[in-house]
Parts: sequence; C-alpha cells; structure tokens
Amino acid sequence: MSDEKKKNLPPEAQEYQDFQSKREVKRPILKNCIKAFLVGGFICFIGQIITTFYIYFFHFTEKTAGNPTTATLIFITMLLTGFGFYDRIGQFSGAGSAVPVTGFGNAVISAAIEYRTEGFILGVGGNMLKLAGPVIVYGVFAAFVIALIKTILIQWGGL
Amino acid sequence: MIFFWAFLIGGLICVIGQIMFDVFKLSPAHTLTILVVSGAILDGFGLYEPLIDFAGAGATVPITSFGNSLVHGAMQEAEQHGIIGVVTGMFEVTSAGISAAIIFGVVGALIFKPKG
Repeated sequence: MSDEKKKNLPPEAQEYQDFQSKREVKRPILKNCIKAFLVGGFICFIGQIITTFYIYFFHFTEKTAGNPTTATLIFITMLLTGFGFYDRIGQFSGAGSAVPVTGFGNAVISAAIEYRTEGFILGVGGNMLKLAGPVIVYGVFAAFVIALIKTILIQWGGL
Repeated sequence: MIFFWAFLIGGLICVIGQIMFDVFKLSPAHTLTILVVSGAILDGFGLYEPLIDFAGAGATVPITSFGNSLVHGAMQEAEQHGIIGVVTGMFEVTSAGISAAIIFGVVGALIFKPKG
C-alpha cells in the first residue's frame, strides 16, 4: 500500500498493515523464475517443432508458419483446458504458461467453458473475452499509435 | 540449433513475465498487457523481426509477438494505402491467434462441461 493512502488510515489499521506485511509469505522468486523458464521454454520448443512441421510438409515460409503454429497451439490448449490439465500446469509454472500464446488461448477458452451455464449468447459470447480483453484492447491501441507515428514519419519525414 | 534458441529466448521472455508477477506484484492481466505493448514498441523500432529470425518460435509463441504482428499488419497496409491502411490492416497478420481463440473457445464450450 502506498504511503499516501496509509496516512489516512487510523493508527490501528496502520499497525495492522505493518503486521500484515511482516507476516506475508515471501515468494520464492528464483525458484518461480526457473519453473517459468523451463515450462515457457518447453512450450516454445513445441511451437518450434510445429513450425518446422508446417515448413517441411505444407510449404509455409518461415514468416508465414507463425500463424498455423499459433492456431495449432491454441487447439492443443483447448484440449488441455477442457480436461483440466492446463490449470495444473499454470499453478506449477506461473508466467511460464501464461506468457506464451497458449496462456491467451487458455484465458479465452476457460472463460467460455466457465460461463456456459449462463447461456451461449450472454454467457459464452459475452464473457469469453473478459480476461483476454485488455490484451487485445491495449495491443490494438498501442499498435495503432505506433503504426500511425511510423507512417507519418515515413511519408512526411522522408525516413 | 533453432530449437535451442527457441527454448532459451521463449523461456527468458517467460522469466520476464514471472519477475513482473513476483517482484512488481502485477496481476496477470497487467503483465500480459505490458508485454503486448512492449512487443508493439519493439516492432516499431524494427527490433522484433531480427529476434524472430534468430529464435523462431521462441519469439513468435510468447504473447509479445501479438503486438509485433499487429504493428506489422498495420504497416504493411499503410505502405499501400497510407494512413487509412493503419486502421484497415491491423488484424491482417494477427487474425489467426484471435480467430483460433474464439473458434476453439466456442467449440470448447460446446464439448466440455465446467468443473466444480
């Protein structure tokens, strides 16, 4: 909690904040990082195998093979999420399974499955992008600003 | 050799994410948003493409590549159609990730029942 907010609290609450921060379980940062590295690296390794597969058997180029690879990985994620394995991987690896595109897929698919009970239109359709929404929204907005600046610089700046 | 670099670079990007989780205590949504935006910025400076050439799936599988391909699609269209292309070309390259997530999300909701 920031100091600004802390000043406005009664003294008991401040004491409690100190007490709480002392008791907070320290996160094993190094161990978590190693786990994230191994799992994240492994997912990218599988992605590379799929990419190589598409290049050799379906004659994609190295640039275009990224798209079918993403789709294939998200398909695998659907199966893993549906059978409940992805949650367990996620608990073990933290960011290792959240940062690759499979984590994006998992966020969409798990929300879709979870909200099924509220109906297909308002439940699945309305809540599917709840978790993945921020990523799409700010990804698109940032890309818009950057591409706009770059285009203006290229067209009028003579870059 | 590309397999080794894919493992190494992909793993390192995940470690950056894990550090944002643990050290800066950010929520997963904040972390992923920051990573996507930084992917877009890196491509703005033309730095992401060399990373893909170097690490293959190690750079295309992490979510950072989402930002990269958004900028890429926008720039491709912008070269042909000017400023309008920035808006119309945005999803040109990225479409696979989003459409696959939505399609398999609906399929998953049809097949699987929620647990718990």
